[in-house]
Amino acid sequence: MQKNPDIQNSQAKETIISVKNVYKAFGTLKVLNGISLDVVRGENVVVLGKSGSGKSVLIKIIAGLLKADKGDVNVLGCDMNTISNKDLQKLRLRIGFSFQSSALYDSMTVRENLEFALVRNKPQLSRADIDKAVKKVLDDVQLAGSIEQMPSELSGGQTKRIGIARTLILEPEIMLYDEPTAGLDPVTSIEINKLMNKVKDEYKTTSIIITHDLTCAKTTGDRVAMLYDGKFLRQGSFEEVFQSDDVRIKNFYDYNFITNP
Amino acid sequence: MNTETGQTTQRAGILGGLRDFFAGMYRLYKFIVQFFKQVFIPPYEIREVINQCYEVGCKTLPLITLTGFITGLVFTKQSRPSLSEFGAASWLPSLVTIAIVRALAPLVTSLIVAGKVGSNIGAELGSMKVSEQIDAMEMTATNPFKFLVVTRILACSLMLPLLVLYSGGVGILGSYLNVHTNELTSFRGFMNDAFSKISFLDIFSSVIKSAVYGFTVGVISCFQGYNATNGTVGVGKAANQAVVISMFAIFLEETVIVQFVNSFLR
Repeated sequence: MQKNPDIQNSQAKETIISVKNVYKAFGTLKVLNGISLDVVRGENVVVLGKSGSGKSVLIKIIAGLLKADKGDVNVLGCDMNTISNKDLQKLRLRIGFSFQSSALYDSMTVRENLEFALVRNKPQLSRADIDKAVKKVLDDVQLAGSIEQMPSELSGGQTKRIGIARTLILEPEIMLYDEPTAGLDPVTSIEINKLMNKVKDEYKTTSIIITHDLTCAKTTGDRVAMLYDGKFLRQGSFEEVFQSDDVRIKNFYDYNFITNP
Repeated sequence: MNTETGQTTQRAGILGGLRDFFAGMYRLYKFIVQFFKQVFIPPYEIREVINQCYEVGCKTLPLITLTGFITGLVFTKQSRPSLSEFGAASWLPSLVTIAIVRALAPLVTSLIVAGKVGSNIGAELGSMKVSEQIDAMEMTATNPFKFLVVTRILACSLMLPLLVLYSGGVGILGSYLNVHTNELTSFRGFMNDAFSKISFLDIFSSVIKSAVYGFTVGVISCFQGYNATNGTVGVGKAANQAVVISMFAIFLEETVIVQFVNSFLR
């Protein structure tokens, strides 16, 4: 497998997410079959794959929401197999997770959703500091006018943006995006893609983006990893991955063009 | 041959049902153990407990007021003919008060709380679970079990005894209305008669068992909601089972507690 020169250079950089030979099954259903992935600081890695291929399970294992059955997962120097609950709580403050459904708290306004993590984890902050932080992230996602709205009053794209803003308020080092453009129209998808790139540049984050949207993969990914039946078929730049003769990768590419001409 | 196959299938079905039942009981046991482990460990979510007490207590008050008052009024009205037949209508205040304090107020209030609060908790937590809000909370370094479950169980356990005392008071007022309308009894005279047969143990046991019922409603509703699966269908199921199982458990507990308390009263 060929590697992009940039990626070869990046190997000299610090690896902050390392997944080695990870297996995960739910009952008799094998979801991950010994996958390995290294992500270096500052990199945007896109994990592509069809629904049910284990993409979301992978980032949930990285975030510590699920435990791997077998294999090693190391995030920001912490071994996820042996990490204590207390250390996991601390680690999670350094990881932002943008959920597929955005997972905004229904009973809270946008402001309360954004403040929730800040108030609980940084009790030393004054009211003015909290208001300033909320205003900043809302400006960053261009939704300053939605501060007093309830999640049910937001559109799909706005919900995604607020979901991202909620994670940014803690200024994470790692961002994990689970299907950020799923269910959005093409124009809103492009806006979300731009937002993810902006987050990378302004917040200096390292990201793993889970998607089946090729436009998203091409515009946001420094590197693409193609997941199929719980294994990575190929990793590299977008062009490298899709220059492959592997029929499964070709089918995935063609399918995207047929469904998203 | 067919009969034999049918019997085998039936036996497998019964065994499967029993296995699921005991697996569920074991999960519930672990859930309760986790509650007792977490309730004493800081940080204490005092603000959220107060918020939940408001949700459980204040928002249920109108319903409790109405049902408590009607229970006292109707029970007095229905008991009057039988007692009058034996010339014992003057026993009405004490009879009704004993019934309200020992059984009606705790039972009726708990069932109403199970219906209103239990379904609310089951649906709310179930919806949070299936829409990944609980995972999102975990990602913000917040312990969702402590923030969502412990606070709700505490609120139910603390507020139900207060609601039962209030409901009992309103029920006795309902009874007084009927007695006063028929016999023009004074309020003071009614109250003297009403509490002549009530001991401290009656009120104490009523408060304690209300706390037990509150704990039951909280635990079962949170357990159903927190473990909801299968999307919106699962949310509906969680809300429904929170009510049905809570009510069933309250009746079972009432039977056991009555036997236990009566052994002291003898």
